[in-house]
Amino acid sequence: MAQKKNKKTIRLISRAALLLILAAILIYAITSKDKVKVLAEGDTAPDFELVDLEGNEHRLSDYKGQGVFLNFWGTWCPPCKKEMPHMEDLYKDFEAKGVHILTVNVGEPKVKIELFRDDMDLSFPMLWDKNKTVMDLYNIKPLPTTFLINPEGKITKVIKQGMTEQQIYEYLESIQPK
Amino acid sequence: MSKIKCQCGHENPYGTELCEKCGRPLSEKAKKSDIVDMRYEGSSRRSQTYKSSIVDKIWNFFSSVKIGVSIIAAVLIASAIGTIFPQKFYVPATTPEGYLEYYERLYGTVGKLYYELGLYDMYNSWWFKVLVGMLATSIIIASIDRVVPLYKSLKKQRTRRHPSFMKRQRIFGEGDVQNTEESLVKAEEKLKAMRYNVKTENGAILAEKHRFSRWGPYINHVGLIIFISGILLRGIPGFYVDEAMWLREGETRNIVGAPGYVLENKKFTLENYTKEEAEEVFGEALDKNGTIAKSYTTDVTLYKQEEGALPGSESLKKVEDYSINVNKPLKFDGYNVFQMDYKLDELKNMTFHLVNKSSEESLGEFTVNLSDPEKEYDLGNGSTVNMLGFYPDYDGIKDGEPYSKSPVPNNPAFIFQMNTPDKPKGEKSFVAIRQTLEVEENDYAIKFAAAETRNISGLTIRKDKTLYILLLGGLVFMIGVIQGMYWQHRRVWIQEDTEGHLLIAAHTNKNWFSLRKELDTLRETADLPAYIDRQDPELDKPEQEGDEEIWT
Repeated sequence: MAQKKNKKTIRLISRAALLLILAAILIYAITSKDKVKVLAEGDTAPDFELVDLEGNEHRLSDYKGQGVFLNFWGTWCPPCKKEMPHMEDLYKDFEAKGVHILTVNVGEPKVKIELFRDDMDLSFPMLWDKNKTVMDLYNIKPLPTTFLINPEGKITKVIKQGMTEQQIYEYLESIQPK
Repeated sequence: MSKIKCQCGHENPYGTELCEKCGRPLSEKAKKSDIVDMRYEGSSRRSQTYKSSIVDKIWNFFSSVKIGVSIIAAVLIASAIGTIFPQKFYVPATTPEGYLEYYERLYGTVGKLYYELGLYDMYNSWWFKVLVGMLATSIIIASIDRVVPLYKSLKKQRTRRHPSFMKRQRIFGEGDVQNTEESLVKAEEKLKAMRYNVKTENGAILAEKHRFSRWGPYINHVGLIIFISGILLRGIPGFYVDEAMWLREGETRNIVGAPGYVLENKKFTLENYTKEEAEEVFGEALDKNGTIAKSYTTDVTLYKQEEGALPGSESLKKVEDYSINVNKPLKFDGYNVFQMDYKLDELKNMTFHLVNKSSEESLGEFTVNLSDPEKEYDLGNGSTVNMLGFYPDYDGIKDGEPYSKSPVPNNPAFIFQMNTPDKPKGEKSFVAIRQTLEVEENDYAIKFAAAETRNISGLTIRKDKTLYILLLGGLVFMIGVIQGMYWQHRRVWIQEDTEGHLLIAAHTNKNWFSLRKELDTLRETADLPAYIDRQDPELDKPEQEGDEEIWT
């Protein structure tokens, strides 16, 4: 009798296990939509190395321990243009507090970016993603897209639209090192 | 849920029709039937066994062949519906409104319904995936439920079967022969010669051949499962890449979907057939159709990021130069880059003259590279032109400023400052195609002289690590089909019963005709009683000795 009971338990467990595995695979297949890994909140921001308009190299890992406000933009995109002056206004203050604003232009001619910068009187680093490598790495679809990266190097938020000065302020504050 | 104890002493699981060991019919149904149902050897299918817990209920649901067939039908019907109109992937739209508009415009109300029911992206819908998942589950569980008991009962079968089992076989014969012992020895020899595996047990013979053919359907199902898991793997990043990108001549760009690789487009060439090289017949065709493309080629250079370099860094290592042609992709590291599309004649360079308006005299010319313009152009005679604004895709004035709607030089416009010895402070001029604006009346003007164009290649990047898994799945599937189709599991039982009569019975899972022919050959050598095929009695008569009178 004991043996029979035992056999019954084994049967129940093995059947349940197989059904659970199949269900788990199915749920995974339904929920996984992207064939490429898309960065999400909580992921570690992948490191990169780009030069700015002056030729200075910037690595994301250089800013470890500090907050990074990483903004992808193009000169033709009106909301990008609109939020730039707000970023400029807050840039200096937050630089002192350990939050850096890095902007990445997605592969436009260098002169075009320089003209834009001079026209708008911007002083934060403008990185030039000539080959669109970092744009693909961060899977940028709409412009502007902004990543908030905390001092631990984790992405805390992905913003896929233009921002008001108030929002930018709050976002910058949110990644300020303690 | 008790076990069934057979008269021979063997304990059979609940639901068994024929004793696993001696073959005595156990169920009422089997006892009453003339010919026993030999499917799964009359063993107890696991699904029929227990119906206690919820897990068992789900298990039994998927184990049912009826359910399995219904799922297959549902998958087939759904797949067919998905082919009525083009799927989302093939529709030139990006927004929900765009899709709706497309389906409504081309297919009317039905199209609108097709969109609203989500059938326009059916193969990615959750319910279609659930259907396929249920199909896979059904295949796995139904197979396990059948192959395990079948294997067990074939393994346990005894050489001597109970006469009641023999009598209920489709092919059965009973009679007395002159020398039973000699008959059995001769039969054993002959069966061995006919490549049967023969087992004997004092006065009983079990001859069996091609048992492996019974596993065909299950091997076939394993192939299907491998195939489905291959498809499933495509959803995991890294296994399957299918991306597209545009690459302009002169442009160097990160390869979409292939991190760490950069591709430079050196030249795109579209070659047409010329009348001179064509033979007469084709010449005529060329006259009729105008130009016919001969080849599409993109000359590229592939670069790889240096080992350990970070994405975006300029430390690139050249891998190779290659000419991508249709069907001749650039291959590297499991990726294939195919020539897919092209656009001709996008503006590349624009050449301008700086002219004195009154004398119409030129102070020199300069060329603006639209993908890499410069800040200052020195004309050499004390005159320079400065670029103050560049609008690659000029689309009018917005908020008092020229506006470019994209980074593509479809309609370039510039603000130039002309510095000449006469006007050292410079004059400003806004220059667009067929349009010049001046803030004040200028002495000098910039006149368009010439333009150069370049081509754009449309490339597709593919990688498929699952291909070999799919191939393996297909191969295993076919092996299963062949195994089950071209061989038959045949068994012949011969035994002397307690009264000294000789009994003969035989079974096969298909192709009874061949089995009968083998039995007839056997009877030519060994003296065995005549048999009948009880499902087709007429057919057998002429082939058996001593029965001729019935046939005439």
